[in-house]
Amino acid sequence: MAYSDKVLDHYNNPRNVGALPKSDPSVGTGVVGAPECGDVMKLQIKVNAEGVIEDARFKTFGCGSAIASSSLATEWVKGKTLEEAAKIRNTDIVQELNLPPIKIHCSVLAEDAIRAALADYKSKQKQDNA
Amino acid sequence: MSVQLPIYLDNHATTRVDPRVVDAMLPYFSTHYGNAASRTHSFGRTAEAAVDVGRGQLARAIGASTDKEIVITSGATESDNLAIKGVAHMLRSKGDHLITAVTEHKAVLDSHHALEREGFRVTWLPVDKEGLIDLQQLADAITDQTLLVSIMAVNNEIGVVQPLAAIGELCHKRGVLFFCDAAQAVGKIPLDVEAMHIDLLAFTAHKMYGPKGIGALYVRRKNPRVRLEPMMHGGGHERGLRSGTLAVPLIVAFGEAARIATEEMAEESKRILALRHRLHQGLSARVPQIFLNGSISERTPGNLNLSFAYVEGESLLMGISDIAVSSGSACTSSSLEPSYVLKAMGVGDELAHTSIRFGIGRFNTEAEIDYAIERVADVVTRLREMSPLWEMVQEGIDLSSVNWAGH
Repeated sequence: MAYSDKVLDHYNNPRNVGALPKSDPSVGTGVVGAPECGDVMKLQIKVNAEGVIEDARFKTFGCGSAIASSSLATEWVKGKTLEEAAKIRNTDIVQELNLPPIKIHCSVLAEDAIRAALADYKSKQKQDNA
Repeated sequence: MSVQLPIYLDNHATTRVDPRVVDAMLPYFSTHYGNAASRTHSFGRTAEAAVDVGRGQLARAIGASTDKEIVITSGATESDNLAIKGVAHMLRSKGDHLITAVTEHKAVLDSHHALEREGFRVTWLPVDKEGLIDLQQLADAITDQTLLVSIMAVNNEIGVVQPLAAIGELCHKRGVLFFCDAAQAVGKIPLDVEAMHIDLLAFTAHKMYGPKGIGALYVRRKNPRVRLEPMMHGGGHERGLRSGTLAVPLIVAFGEAARIATEEMAEESKRILALRHRLHQGLSARVPQIFLNGSISERTPGNLNLSFAYVEGESLLMGISDIAVSSGSACTSSSLEPSYVLKAMGVGDELAHTSIRFGIGRFNTEAEIDYAIERVADVVTRLREMSPLWEMVQEGIDLSSVNWAGH
């Protein structure tokens, strides 16, 4: 399999690897995928008082394209509002990383991870306001 | 000692041609280029004599009683097809049942699938967690309709050696033919078609330091005499079993490769086994939670198939791009399914995705093994730091208790 330069760059120098405190109410955590499918992504966002994502972290079990997709996703969500982040589409990731058709599911997983993190943050906020 | 990169540790896929083999074959391209079937002139007779030498070397490598039992083919895939379909088609009136195992090579599995579509019935034997078939299950599967039992000598993914002598004895007693795909075995482990009661045996040059494109099928001529229906019709070469002009340089090379492998097997096995132990112990000392796939005792010296839990195989291959190995991960296959061999042994999909096959061969050195240990250990450590599964396990979470959002 030939990897694009951008996939190789994200694989060799992944952005924003790590973890944010899961219990922090300003942190949203999304975990998607399954070990038996060969990929699991954990994506976390930290949202400030203005509703802007000020930090993001990921950890991924998966192929190089899955690692690159989640690394790119953390780069893209940073500085965006929740609404803007929700508009990131897997097709944008496919285009940016030049993923071949067989790796499109990696980008789908990254989009799912963003949505799961946003949903987790929103449900925490609701609980806090209740 | 310095190493030259990249390092080749994928000797189950293919092997480098031994320089001695190249030397032996070269004159048969430009100097002795006759057709081995041209008996009317010296060019042809020289070629024929070279083929005879090669055929004799092949026969001796597997303990065949005469050179006439060696049928030259294009490789193990063709030999597998010829053996399985050739026997089934020839003996169609005697029965309709075949037996094989689920961990066989695709060439064997697909030949059986093709025969199923023609109306033959196939029993697919399972394997245990070591990768070995159960002799009692084989004995129970044989009926008066059974024509052929096809069991490989050495598995291409996990290097596990099946109990060939016991299988052969059982088949012989029950009057059923025994075909053995020995592509990964000839030149690596001692084989004797007489002592092991093997009736047909497939092998190929490129797995034993010979060139690609040449293989052979051993077909027993006595006790019992095995008859096959040919697949390739034409000028009647190879006693009518495989028509087509003989590839003289490749046959010379195949024979020489077999001679070297046979003569040097005892010493080479020891050396390669020591390298495998070094690799296994080195990795185990550096990296926790690695699992060996397949039997440790019934195994060829050069095979080490390991699962590096919580690290996906393709991403590991990417990180060790200067070391050539292969993975049972789905991501490295076009089907997106993880290894069917590991699955058949009961290795879970989550561990199958993390498997790496190291294939150590004749030309590997201790320095290369040491380099591989360092590189693999570093990349596994780095990828585990990036793995949410590793993080969860460190936190004491049982991964099997997690309700995964699969996709």
